[in-house]
Amino acid sequence: MVLFALRRLILSIPLLVGITFVSFVVIHLAPGEPIPGGEEEMGRQLPREVVEKLREVYGLDKPIHVQYWLWLTRIVRLDFGRSFQPDGRPVLTKIAERLPVTLFLNVLELAIILVLAVPIGVLSATRQYSLFDKVTTVLVFVGFATPDFWLALLLMILFGVQLGWLPISGLRSLNWEYLSFWQQQWDFLAHLVLPVFVATVGGLAGLSRYMRQSMLEVVRQDFVQTARAKGLAERVVIGKHALRNALLPVVTILGLSLPGLIGGSVIIESIFAIPGMGQLMVQGVFARDYPLIMGNLVIVATLTLVANLFADLLYGLVDPRIRLGGRRRR
Amino acid sequence: MAAPGALRAFWRVFARNQLAVVAAAVVAVLALAAMLAPALAPWDAHKPDTRKILAGPSGSHWFGTDQLGRDVLSRVLHGSRVSLAVGFVSVGIATAIGVLLGAAAGYHGGTMDAVIMRLVDLMLVFPRFFLLLAVLAFLQPSIWTIMTVIGLTGWMGVARLVRAEFLSLREREFVIWSESIGASAWRVVFRHILPNALAPVLVAMTLGVPAAILTESGLSFLGLGVQPPYATWGNILNDGKDSIEIAWWMTVYPGLAILITVLAYNLFGEGLRDALDPRLRQARGGRAARPGR
Repeated sequence: MVLFALRRLILSIPLLVGITFVSFVVIHLAPGEPIPGGEEEMGRQLPREVVEKLREVYGLDKPIHVQYWLWLTRIVRLDFGRSFQPDGRPVLTKIAERLPVTLFLNVLELAIILVLAVPIGVLSATRQYSLFDKVTTVLVFVGFATPDFWLALLLMILFGVQLGWLPISGLRSLNWEYLSFWQQQWDFLAHLVLPVFVATVGGLAGLSRYMRQSMLEVVRQDFVQTARAKGLAERVVIGKHALRNALLPVVTILGLSLPGLIGGSVIIESIFAIPGMGQLMVQGVFARDYPLIMGNLVIVATLTLVANLFADLLYGLVDPRIRLGGRRRR
Repeated sequence: MAAPGALRAFWRVFARNQLAVVAAAVVAVLALAAMLAPALAPWDAHKPDTRKILAGPSGSHWFGTDQLGRDVLSRVLHGSRVSLAVGFVSVGIATAIGVLLGAAAGYHGGTMDAVIMRLVDLMLVFPRFFLLLAVLAFLQPSIWTIMTVIGLTGWMGVARLVRAEFLSLREREFVIWSESIGASAWRVVFRHILPNALAPVLVAMTLGVPAAILTESGLSFLGLGVQPPYATWGNILNDGKDSIEIAWWMTVYPGLAILITVLAYNLFGEGLRDALDPRLRQARGGRAARPGR
């Protein structure tokens, strides 16, 4: 297992370098660059001082490999420079403020998706073509097709504006400081309901569908028949023998769906005014705050890489074939 | 593939799935509506009318009017042109890249395969919306930028798919035979292997269109996609957000248009998959389109 973990860890190093490389390429899409004074390129003008700042920060007048090396040595020291916005604070500080919120929301959403998707998938598989299966299938397809921002808007109209049951913006009420401790917790929870629900719908649809499929394949296999023939209760056959095997591929899908979930934060956080990485990214784009955008991109991709690594390790942990066989099939 | 017999056989299987047939009809109607939008739109989609600002749905304006008094139905119709165009063009770009890289990886194997597959892994590490936003921050937003950027960040699934097909097909007798009589690699790939790998690519394309539409509408909703005065479903929703408390129609109708379009393409794509290749139905059930964020 240690060897397997080590190998996966080493395999992710080139990806880490790749992340910095892709991000570096993105910077070089900037108009007015790399020719000094070429700020009128591509039809959009960058203010002269921005171009100069860019040139200074990224050393744009130096040869390209030197630039990349400079940028890389700064990145490994987590030095993303200072924000271009008026406050001029270090990018790392800004991200550090926002990161916990996004991490918390995504972990919470992932947990909810897992807890709900597995039983839904198992139930619709063991009762294939039942009413439950048909209803969930319809819901899955509708869930797939519903744009999350639209769902968010509809729920805001209904629960926020019409009924007035739930807050629709931020994570705290304005009078937060005047509330008692328990009221504060309740207030926080109420703020979470809508964004977490909206963020969960797409992932839930995908994972429950995948769980159903995986379960359908497993229950057709011989060892399940054997377990039944031994006289085991159906509950044990499904809940223990079949479920364990059906869960394996789901772990992989979970890892693969992470970027989607994290990326979804951009829209969810923008709509619900949640001070996380996604909202920071959108603000950065509108303010043309390049250091902030690049820092955000590198950090988010690295986090996804780490999360994928965890999913891989988890997969190796639950399935001996993976860590011993050495070849992973997707 | 194009033999009339094969087509008829395909239709016989496809038609058994009534839902997919209905979905195909909806897809056709939507395409027709988009093409005929200028003729079908009851009002000028771009002309403001200060006397009818934010008027609710009525006999003359079925979907109401927006904050400039423009007819929402006409804007939704015009928006469908942009949304479908972005969907098709970006999927075309993604498919071209995916097929080329996937074919190269699967056919050559070895180092090339390893390098291309690491590139796929790398692209998949970036949460797509963060990458899209970062790129768009540096570029001038236009419908062409959006198409290109969505295409350039969406080819990984196709590449994997094509690679897997090539890995199995290149071991088959007909490929080995044509190689043994001296056919060039180019000819083997494009005349012999690719046509046999076309079915899953077609399915992936069908499922890719709604995913691209969702992505575009998300970007336009954030105000970073297709810019006004072009109407797209995403930017009508963006306009509607500001008056959401008084003008629900600006939010409900464009969203419904997205929902129906994406649903129709997904169901059509699933039906297509089942009819073209029963193997695929076994392999993975409903993995319909989600925007890869």
